[in-house]
Amino acid sequence: MPFLFSLLPYMSDILRIENIRKTFPGVIALDEVSFSVARGEIHTLLGENGAGKSTLMNVLTGLYHPDRGQIRIAGEPIHFTSPRDALAFGIGMVHQHFMLVPAHSVFENILLALDNVPNFYSRKTYKEKIQKLIDEFDLDLDLDTPVWKLSIGAQQWIELIKLLMRDCQLLILDEPTAVLTPQEAERLFSVLRHLKKQEKSIIFISHKMREVMEISDCVTILKKGRSIATLTCGDFDESKLASLMIGKDKIPQWQKNLQMSDEIVLDIQNLSVRNDRGLSDLDGFNLRLKKGEILGIAGVAGNGQKALAEVLTGLKNTSQGRIMAGGKDITNSNARYSYIAGIAHIPEDRKSIGIAPDMSVDENLIMKSFKSRSFRNWIFQNKKAIRQNAAEKIEQFAIKTGPDGTPVRYLSGGNIQKVIIARELSEHPAVLVALYPTRGLDIGSAGYVHKVIADGAGRGMSTILIAEDLDELLKLSDRIAVMFRGKLIGYVNPRKTTREEIGLMMSGETPGDAA
Amino acid sequence: MKLVIERREISSPFLRFSAPIASIGVALFVAGFLLLASGVSPLAAYKEIIIESLGSLYGLSETLVKTTPLIFAGLGVSLAFRMQIWNIGAEGQIYMGAMGATWVALFSGLQNHWLMMIAMFFAAFLCGGLWAGVAGFLRARWQVNEVIVTLLMNYIAILWVDYLIYGPWKDPKGFNFPLTAQFSDTARFAEYFNTRMHSGFFLALFCALVLYLFIEKTVWGYEIKVIGSNQKAAQYAGMNTGMAIFFVLFLSGAIAGIAGFSEVAGLQHRLQHGLSPGYGYTAIIIAWLAKRSAIGVVIVSFLMGVLLVGGDSLQLLWQLPVAFVYAFQGLILFFLLASDFFIIYRVKLIKGVAHA
Repeated sequence: MPFLFSLLPYMSDILRIENIRKTFPGVIALDEVSFSVARGEIHTLLGENGAGKSTLMNVLTGLYHPDRGQIRIAGEPIHFTSPRDALAFGIGMVHQHFMLVPAHSVFENILLALDNVPNFYSRKTYKEKIQKLIDEFDLDLDLDTPVWKLSIGAQQWIELIKLLMRDCQLLILDEPTAVLTPQEAERLFSVLRHLKKQEKSIIFISHKMREVMEISDCVTILKKGRSIATLTCGDFDESKLASLMIGKDKIPQWQKNLQMSDEIVLDIQNLSVRNDRGLSDLDGFNLRLKKGEILGIAGVAGNGQKALAEVLTGLKNTSQGRIMAGGKDITNSNARYSYIAGIAHIPEDRKSIGIAPDMSVDENLIMKSFKSRSFRNWIFQNKKAIRQNAAEKIEQFAIKTGPDGTPVRYLSGGNIQKVIIARELSEHPAVLVALYPTRGLDIGSAGYVHKVIADGAGRGMSTILIAEDLDELLKLSDRIAVMFRGKLIGYVNPRKTTREEIGLMMSGETPGDAA
Repeated sequence: MKLVIERREISSPFLRFSAPIASIGVALFVAGFLLLASGVSPLAAYKEIIIESLGSLYGLSETLVKTTPLIFAGLGVSLAFRMQIWNIGAEGQIYMGAMGATWVALFSGLQNHWLMMIAMFFAAFLCGGLWAGVAGFLRARWQVNEVIVTLLMNYIAILWVDYLIYGPWKDPKGFNFPLTAQFSDTARFAEYFNTRMHSGFFLALFCALVLYLFIEKTVWGYEIKVIGSNQKAAQYAGMNTGMAIFFVLFLSGAIAGIAGFSEVAGLQHRLQHGLSPGYGYTAIIIAWLAKRSAIGVVIVSFLMGVLLVGGDSLQLLWQLPVAFVYAFQGLILFFLLASDFFIIYRVKLIKGVAHA
């Protein structure tokens, strides 16, 4: 392999990515992304949701082809056409959602991932090989246990072993700790350190600041599809990473008529919510919402924002704490249901819970008010009124629809979002809970959503705005509450705060002197 | 050159209309080979089917007799399908409906014809409904798969009716045959034109109309459609989806149960073994062919009736087994499902290579 010698300077880098650009229709997902990973290095990719981490990983594992730029492995330029190619070059990925067959044993799942297993294989030799890896990493894993009986953490080990059995030199872990308990995460880190000693390289994707500090040799920060900095261990601390991740642009100004009163519309006291795995999504959370204000919720994704929205809109039950609305306790779900009518909700996942995709725009617009007298005559639907309502909303919110009766799923994302917003705001709700309302929208539609929310506030509607784009929060909010691990860290005034302050609070530091 | 399969943006109305007809055509074509293999000319056989089922007043009346239970069962199944609930248990629900109606007919002692009819109707409605309601309850409460439950409960229902007619309900004067005593005239439908055609047919048409209005025009129909399109969205809009699942399966079974009522009151005038020769399963094909529309169910049921009556005459004329009719039904469903693929996707030939 003479070419390797000519590229000696690259030799220590197992992977080198140069000026990758990837566009999708109308969106630049990645632009000028460059970084390199050395042998035996744990390299963290840090970025907010939507910064391009997933796209980048899909490029690396051969799922997408970059429009421009170069991927080099051990100095040699490579073109992947499928994840199999990437695996052949020793690049393996542990996805957030495991690719395991629950009914099969650990051994069978690992075997399934291997190439070149002969038709008549020796069960014993393969078992010994795998057992050797398990012992080496001191994993507590029995090869004959069916996968469904295992904890999430143990399932993740199987994914790792699959890659190690294939002799992967570069392991990509996509937010591996998102699904783990802190103890399981500790185990994972010790495994990763052991792998590092064996000269394996690891790309670690995360946005949990503490973990990043604990394990990374090198951090590359992605922001809006660009790699804006690569720092090596010692050069960074939490606040520096946070401010880089969030950006240093000027805080945008937004003129707004402040009619906020001090009347408390919603008072959440010491609220706790558990998720399906028994972990606390909300843990003694407190929040006070005033009448007519836009209260932004800042926080790194996965710190309880979704649970908060689900509790407020009745999709989830609480395990502890109280929710007071206008002086009345509505924690109990029955009481909450009657109140929920007054809470509008823009859901995070608009296609999967916001609309009935096969039904027309007209029908989707009345989904929450179909029982109201204005849309029915006795037990029959009043199709005329429904059509007229739709015509008004389509005009008012400038929704672009196809011919009458076109199923909603044929509309663009922005127009689907407009349908949802038109429906949610049509009842003149007292409270709006908006979860990432502009995610995936083009600038025009996003601006429209902002205007609708601000107009609502002008009419006295209180909004809880959960967003990941700090610019959006700073621009719209009257106050910003920062969440971390299911707790409220504190409030800031968007007109006085700094990004550094918010960034620190997002990583869990309470605002000691800042407040 | 490369074959590419891509999803159609909007399915063409022409295809949606012509694909079912084409699939029936292809099914006829393939079934022709089965006929040839049995030494029967396909054209002669198809002609025979048409003449026997539609060519005379008697033939037409027989076709309508077969159409009647198919409409009820098809309506029941298609209602559940509307909500993406798969009721495979219409067969069992027919048996339970027939049992309920028979119980009233034999043991209520009602003397008034109309009172008797109404009581039998509601007994069949309740028995069929509760039978399917079990699956509805399990599905709504614990997410138990309704396909398995409804399917398995068919066997229970059929064997339960067998137990009754071999045991406690057996006609003492029936020479030990497995059947109940004959119903009195108060418990029978009117018959028309001196044929076996009975009022059940009109009741079926009426049911289809009511169901059409129910689904397309009422608030509940709207709720069912929203839940069928996206259960999560329905929940989030504040609909009680669990209750709706139970209710729809109950209603679905209840309508299938009326088929049992119609069969015993209009045709057989007693409860007997082999009460339904698989109407409940044919109903699944009907609901699918009809694209879950109530009006479609009536039309497709009629076509199936033609096929059943025509199939009977094939048995008589050429000694073809009844399995042929089932094979034909299977072929229709098979090609119909295949044709859905062409409605949803388009297949394109493109030249050149995608990437170097």
